[in-house]
Amino acid sequence: MVTVVHPNLEDTNAKMSARDVSVFYGDKKAIDDVSIDIPTKYVTAFIGPSGCGKSTFLRTLNRMNDTIPSARVEGEITLDGEDIYRSKMDVVQLRARVGMVFQKPNPFPKSIYDNVAYGPKIHGLVGSKSEIDEVVEKSLRRAGLWMEVKDRLEDSGTALSGGQQQRLCIARAIAVDPEVILMDEPCSALDPIATAKIEELIDELSGRYAIVIVTHSMQQAARVSQRTAFFHLGKMVEYGRTSDIFTNPLEKRTQDYITGRYG
Amino acid sequence: MSPAILLVLALGLGLAGWLAARARAWTFRRDSANGRIAALPVYHAWYVALWIVVPVLLFVGLWSVIAPQLISQSVLASPAASDLPAFGFQRDAILSEARSVASGSAKAVFNEAANGLVEPYRAAISRYNLIGVLATLIIAFLAGAWAFLRIKPDFTARTRVEKAVMTILLLASLVAILTTLGIVVSLVFETIRFFGMVSPLDFLFGTQWGPDPMSNPNSPDGSRYGAIPLFWGTIYIGAVIAMIVAIPLGLMSAIYLTQYANPTLRKWIKPALEVLAGVPTVVYGYFAALTVAPAIRDAAFAVGITNASSESALAAGLVMGVMIIPFVSSMADDSIAAVPQAMRDGSLAMGATTSETIRKVLVPAALPGIVAGVMLAVSRAIGETMIVVMAAGAAANLTGNPLEAMTTVTFQIVAMLTGEGSFDHPATLSAFALGFVLFMVTLGLNFIALRVVKRFREAYE
Amino acid sequence: MSDRLAPTRTAEFEARLKKRYAAERRFKMAGLGAILFSVGVLAFLLVTMGFNGIGGFQRAEMNVPIDFTQAGLSGDPAVLAQPDAVQTLEAQGLPSIVDFYAEQKLGAEGAAHISASAWRLVADRIIDDPAILRGTATFSLPASAKLAAGLNGEGSPEMRALATSLAQQGKLETKLDLGFLERADATDPQQVGIWGALKGSMLTMIVTLLMAFPIGVMAALYLEEYAAKNRWTDLIEVSINNLAAVPSIIFGLLGLAVFLWIFPNMRSAPLIGGMTLALMTMPVIVISGRNAIKAVPPSIRDGALAVGASPVQVVFHHVLPLALPGILTGTIIGMARALGETAPLLMIGMRAFVATPPQDFTSPATVLPVQIFLWSDEIDRGFVERTSAAIIVLLVFLLLMNGLAIYLRNRFEKKW
Ligand SMILES: Nc1ncnc2c1ncn2[C@@H]1O[C@H](COP(=O)(O)OP(=O)(O)OP(=O)(O)O)[C@@H](O)[C@H]1O
Ligand SMILES: [Mg+2]
Repeated sequence: MVTVVHPNLEDTNAKMSARDVSVFYGDKKAIDDVSIDIPTKYVTAFIGPSGCGKSTFLRTLNRMNDTIPSARVEGEITLDGEDIYRSKMDVVQLRARVGMVFQKPNPFPKSIYDNVAYGPKIHGLVGSKSEIDEVVEKSLRRAGLWMEVKDRLEDSGTALSGGQQQRLCIARAIAVDPEVILMDEPCSALDPIATAKIEELIDELSGRYAIVIVTHSMQQAARVSQRTAFFHLGKMVEYGRTSDIFTNPLEKRTQDYITGRYG
Repeated sequence: MSPAILLVLALGLGLAGWLAARARAWTFRRDSANGRIAALPVYHAWYVALWIVVPVLLFVGLWSVIAPQLISQSVLASPAASDLPAFGFQRDAILSEARSVASGSAKAVFNEAANGLVEPYRAAISRYNLIGVLATLIIAFLAGAWAFLRIKPDFTARTRVEKAVMTILLLASLVAILTTLGIVVSLVFETIRFFGMVSPLDFLFGTQWGPDPMSNPNSPDGSRYGAIPLFWGTIYIGAVIAMIVAIPLGLMSAIYLTQYANPTLRKWIKPALEVLAGVPTVVYGYFAALTVAPAIRDAAFAVGITNASSESALAAGLVMGVMIIPFVSSMADDSIAAVPQAMRDGSLAMGATTSETIRKVLVPAALPGIVAGVMLAVSRAIGETMIVVMAAGAAANLTGNPLEAMTTVTFQIVAMLTGEGSFDHPATLSAFALGFVLFMVTLGLNFIALRVVKRFREAYE
Repeated sequence: MSDRLAPTRTAEFEARLKKRYAAERRFKMAGLGAILFSVGVLAFLLVTMGFNGIGGFQRAEMNVPIDFTQAGLSGDPAVLAQPDAVQTLEAQGLPSIVDFYAEQKLGAEGAAHISASAWRLVADRIIDDPAILRGTATFSLPASAKLAAGLNGEGSPEMRALATSLAQQGKLETKLDLGFLERADATDPQQVGIWGALKGSMLTMIVTLLMAFPIGVMAALYLEEYAAKNRWTDLIEVSINNLAAVPSIIFGLLGLAVFLWIFPNMRSAPLIGGMTLALMTMPVIVISGRNAIKAVPPSIRDGALAVGASPVQVVFHHVLPLALPGILTGTIIGMARALGETAPLLMIGMRAFVATPPQDFTSPATVLPVQIFLWSDEIDRGFVERTSAAIIVLLVFLLLMNGLAIYLRNRFEKKW
């Protein structure tokens, strides 16, 4: 079964594209022959039932799968036309360019300030203290957290509320000025108000970065994304504009899933 | 061997009671209307067996303490004892020789004077053995009979047995408290006696150490009991030199093992480190004295330091550091492993290299656990005895030169208690005061460290 | 905006990246270095001990043929069966007979360097087999410590010269000395053996095991299964955790002040040593026991309770059997630690010179680690190799115990 790609998808400038990608954990195939173009300046949503491989695929996009010894990737994934799995590709640089936000907020047990400054510092993007201050403020502002924390930058990042922590993680990710941001169910641990804030934030960021978001909420996918890919049992079943996928799915399985007939 | 015989006797009697009670309970069961009684026969059996064994064991314990005293009393009362020397070592030696001949653990006496006492001893031993066995039998019989008469068809033996089991378990867990209490009381008691002879101020703040066990015990020279050089030596060897070796090496080993090593390497290295941790300290001490200390001295000579001694703080400290490496490594290993994987992923996903992740995220996050581990390591190092006894030397030097001999608290405890001094001499008693200080310091370190570790674990759970 | 190169793609970034990777490599090498150092020290230690220790299982001996038909010893088997046969043989002049034949074979100089108590070996052989009195028998008798040192290239120049010449004539040679495993302590390094200390260690360990294991397991069961969360339980828990970390020498002080006060006649007895070590081992058993009990899933308890088992039955029928492998592993590790322990036993007097293996739990004894310590203090060079040999014996036992523990752990490790 090949992926159904909606015909009226006029994306010319793909930021990342995957060609015939399969991922294995040991002998077990978790992703089966997926091809997709991820456009820049848009939000792409991955939806699908639990265990279908969304996280796995997302992690292949910045090679976080390298940290799992049993994981193996086949096929080709490019960033700006360069294969990210080629031997000369530098993972550190790749991950600096392709940031990631995790399902559970994972701020480092450091101050809020140090959390945000962490990336710029290790990558040597900033020199003087004032430069760092500037980056920290800018990132926190973009993440919509500045007003809430500007007086307590020295407090531990773990002392924030869950929603704030997640926004801190987003601020941390954008502080290194990445080109792509991957988000794996960033709102699943949050309440509706915090979720709304994050969604707003994603919306704002979408003009600058290519954003990929994994979500279990159809509404969320419909609200924040412009492109949607539906995964099922390790395969990508259908891919197209979000509006098309939700109003006019071409595949029966997609339709069943988004109408809640299974999941 | 008589307590052992009594022990076997007790268990045998218990078994007999067990069998008898079970048989009786079976007859209840056979005779009862519906074939049921309030508890399974086996519980009746245990009920009776416990009633026999517990009192008998209590008696045997008590008897093994008082019987030897009764025996020597009766021997001393015998006419042959009248020409014993009145006091001291001679008298004890003769008595103990006669005793070992009489009890069969030695073949013949060495000292003629003991010959006459062998017979009285033999008589007393057999008399009191007989008394012991008889008393055991009587107690077992009385207790067993009482319990046996109590078992009835409607007797709730199970709840009784279970209550007894619970009580025994509780008592077992109280042994820990008793041990702690025993340590504290015995140390405090002897320490107070010591401070009755030597002022605590002299002891804690004096800078000269050199007790003379042969001096007059009634007028000790307080200025020879200054423990500062010992404290200094202990800290210098255990908390400074040893830790300079153990902390970096232990921490780096743990980091390499948990973050870099592939599973095969880990599978081999971990047991190797465990072996390193399992090598007895006396072996390390021998290694320090035989190999490391001479090597250090030779090296010192080679660079022109001529006054290096063959026993040195450096040798003891280095070897102690090596001994502590596995301990620090496993504590650091645990602490780093307790940091959630999400932290590591978060950092790697930002494009940090592995070492940046370790240095900037994992180690800081694991720091409380690591610090607690180091505290426990220090507490181990300062309580370590054999290495310093064999390699550090006896000279109480208050110096910062690691090539000189230094002495430690543990060394002096051993020295004071294995010397010739009598038990009432302040030199001997000073060992308990030193032990008390050591106990309090290690207790403090352990207590704080364990709390830190506990809090740290909870923080990431 | 999109034309500006992102900061992560500039040339400077890549230059910095090179440096970061160099730092990464250095860090990794440091880690590997730390491991290699630790393992290297271990290897060096084992090799040194092994190398020295091989010599400890050998000794310099000289062959002396004795013609008993000429010696005039009465070979009455009835007399030789008596317990004081050695004294009888001494009275019949055995020592001078041995000296005579030694001189015959080795010359006056050589005979002077037969170990002084060599005739006892001959006496033992005669008592074992009186038949040899009817002919000529050759005995391999230990050389004196000085001559043995000379053979090793140590000691005085005269001794070295003598040893070399005797060795060249084939009269003096280094032989495997399995008797080392059968004898007890002695003042002459040529005559010492490890069996006395080994037996002392075994007796001591038996006492330790018999006391620490039941008490430790029962305490672990109580704390893990029944104890209410209250101040008493906390106190017990704190005591156990602290006892596990109290320096061992403190336990020695406790043994000295309490046990020797109760049993004043039992200085250096395995019973006292075992009791002292038991107090030290018990917390280890409690802690590992609790972990093993904790690992038994609650579902098993619930299942048993649901069919009407009482709490005591649940624990003794279900939890304890499942936790036993873990408890045993912890116990073996604790026992191994106790076996290597020296300091507390010094405190209770187990450092005495004990020339006969202990008969029972109350006779004076020494233990392996203390024996090592005592020999290491000897000035005579002959003791160096003997000490290492004793260390080998101790390490073999420890390795066996640890190996067993690791085996048990791997064999029974369950993931619930
Ligand atoms: N580290 C791993 N080792 C082995 N198998 C794994 C691993 N991680 C995931 N898998 C397997 O790969 C498949 C895909 O998992 P993945 O986490 O990508 O699913 P998902 O779509 O993200 O699910 P969810 O919506 O629940 O997060 C699953 O069958 C899972 O069991
Ligand atoms: Mg997922």
